[in-house]
Amino acid sequence: MTASRWGSGRLRADLALVAEQIPAGARVLDLGCGSGSLLAWLMSERGCTGTGVEIDPEKVLKAIRRGVPVIELDVDHELAEFGDGSYDVCVLSRTIQTILRPEHVLREMSRIAGTLVVSVPNFGWWGHRLRLLRGRMPMSKELPYKWYDTPNIRHTTLVDLEKLFDALELGIVERFTFTETGRRLHMQGARANLTAGAAVYVLRPQ
Amino acid sequence: MRHDPESVGFVETQQVRLFTRDEPLTLASGRTLGPVDVAYETYGRLNADRSNAVMICHALTGDAHAAGWHVGAKGPGWWDNLIGPGKPLDTERFFVVCANLIGGCRGSTGPSSIDPATGKAYGLSFPLLAIADFVEVHRALVRHLGIGRLLAVVGGSMGGMQALEWSLSYPDEVAHAVIIASSSRLTAQNIAFSAVARRAIMDDPHFLGGDYEAAGVSPNVGLSIARMMAHITYLSEDAFTEKFGRSPQNGERTPGFGIDFAVESYLDHQAETFLERFDALSYLYLTRVMDYFDPFTDHALPRLERPVRYLVVSFDTDWRFSTSHSRRIVRHLEGARYPVTFREIKSPWGHDSFLLVIDDYHATLRAWFDRALEVGT
Repeated sequence: MTASRWGSGRLRADLALVAEQIPAGARVLDLGCGSGSLLAWLMSERGCTGTGVEIDPEKVLKAIRRGVPVIELDVDHELAEFGDGSYDVCVLSRTIQTILRPEHVLREMSRIAGTLVVSVPNFGWWGHRLRLLRGRMPMSKELPYKWYDTPNIRHTTLVDLEKLFDALELGIVERFTFTETGRRLHMQGARANLTAGAAVYVLRPQ
Repeated sequence: MRHDPESVGFVETQQVRLFTRDEPLTLASGRTLGPVDVAYETYGRLNADRSNAVMICHALTGDAHAAGWHVGAKGPGWWDNLIGPGKPLDTERFFVVCANLIGGCRGSTGPSSIDPATGKAYGLSFPLLAIADFVEVHRALVRHLGIGRLLAVVGGSMGGMQALEWSLSYPDEVAHAVIIASSSRLTAQNIAFSAVARRAIMDDPHFLGGDYEAAGVSPNVGLSIARMMAHITYLSEDAFTEKFGRSPQNGERTPGFGIDFAVESYLDHQAETFLERFDALSYLYLTRVMDYFDPFTDHALPRLERPVRYLVVSFDTDWRFSTSHSRRIVRHLEGARYPVTFREIKSPWGHDSFLLVIDDYHATLRAWFDRALEVGT
């Protein structure tokens, strides 16, 4: 059994950026952890501890095989299982667009952890806007699904998302934006809403 | 036994005296018990650094014969689908131990054993037991087998209670704990079912205050009713429908008060085979142990440098110990910052699922044990 197969291995670029936001030794709750690659990396490389949450059975099995503690539950309805302030960091990585109650989930995350790391695809990206102008639903590398088979049920732009953060009194500590191809953008303010295909936010409840 | 490359083959139950009359076992209640004999079986080989030992804890009516075949038996051990070469608990790699509970009637000291003080069977003078007592006895067995730290302790239903208790009492002696379809505190409904079972036994005219053995009788009617009722709770409604529907027993309906429906015949058969292998007093003692089990009240959960790694599994149609029981266990362990993995497995079969081959369930155990072996003790 080689380390690269089951161990931490290399992280996908967006996960690597998420990982950079997490201090060594932190206790991390990763909602929608997939096969546990972020947590496996944080545990082996940064001395972190934590729990993943995932609902896809195949991914859960992979996380188990990797040695990542993973709890199978429904993020929309069962986050009450976790205690107040029981984690240092709560990660929601490319998951917010798939959940039924994003507002509720963000509220729960800020109850559970002192720092939130949220990564999202941006529906406001210019390519999506062009497709809509042509009368078609947005599709892209970030969002490769047809409207009828997509797991993405909550479509938000960065501007709309930041309004929700505001309403939930979640302060934006950092925002990183990326082009559609994953290149880092260095762009402040609302202009990124047009150019960014995705973003990573570091948030703190105020 | 047919030739089966995934079977551990023929096995024999061993017996060992772990406590004597002079050096008795001190129970959680403060009472002492001695001698204490324990029946057990082992499968696979303990490796050189003694780091591959897995203890199996059996449920209410189980025994030490978890895997392989006894000579002349009609079927293999009760968890044979899990334990053997190439199975999730691969006996080419793991050393697996299973022991009969004290208070039971399958080779370990129980209420039908002879009380050395009187020369007669203990009967109701046998002391009341706790899950912690099972753990103490099985720890003594583990020491007897030369094992320092267990790679894993594993159990379903009441077996899961022992795995949980063991890990909370002696976290230094257990690296991994697997708790399946179990509970950390029975509900009123759970206790109610056991209460009816016990009443059926104790009100049987052949119970004779527990001294039935001396009189050469046995409260078979009571024990049968107890088993029939319990068995209903081990399956889901859908499982009964799938197995029997409303099929008549004899091809055509002959209304009366006999065995009209197939399901009645099934329960009758369950009761009959149960009488051959189980003792009514053991049923009383072992069910009562579960009623009082409440480990998260009894144990503080300290921060541990090297915590036990937990796997908790429930089945979505289990209504005897539903998923909410497992979730309670997970909440406590996760809240104490112990590494916990939890899965609710989809299965139509109810509580009994933990004994069956369900692909997702066995894949989970396989992944978990493979990882455990890598992590080691």
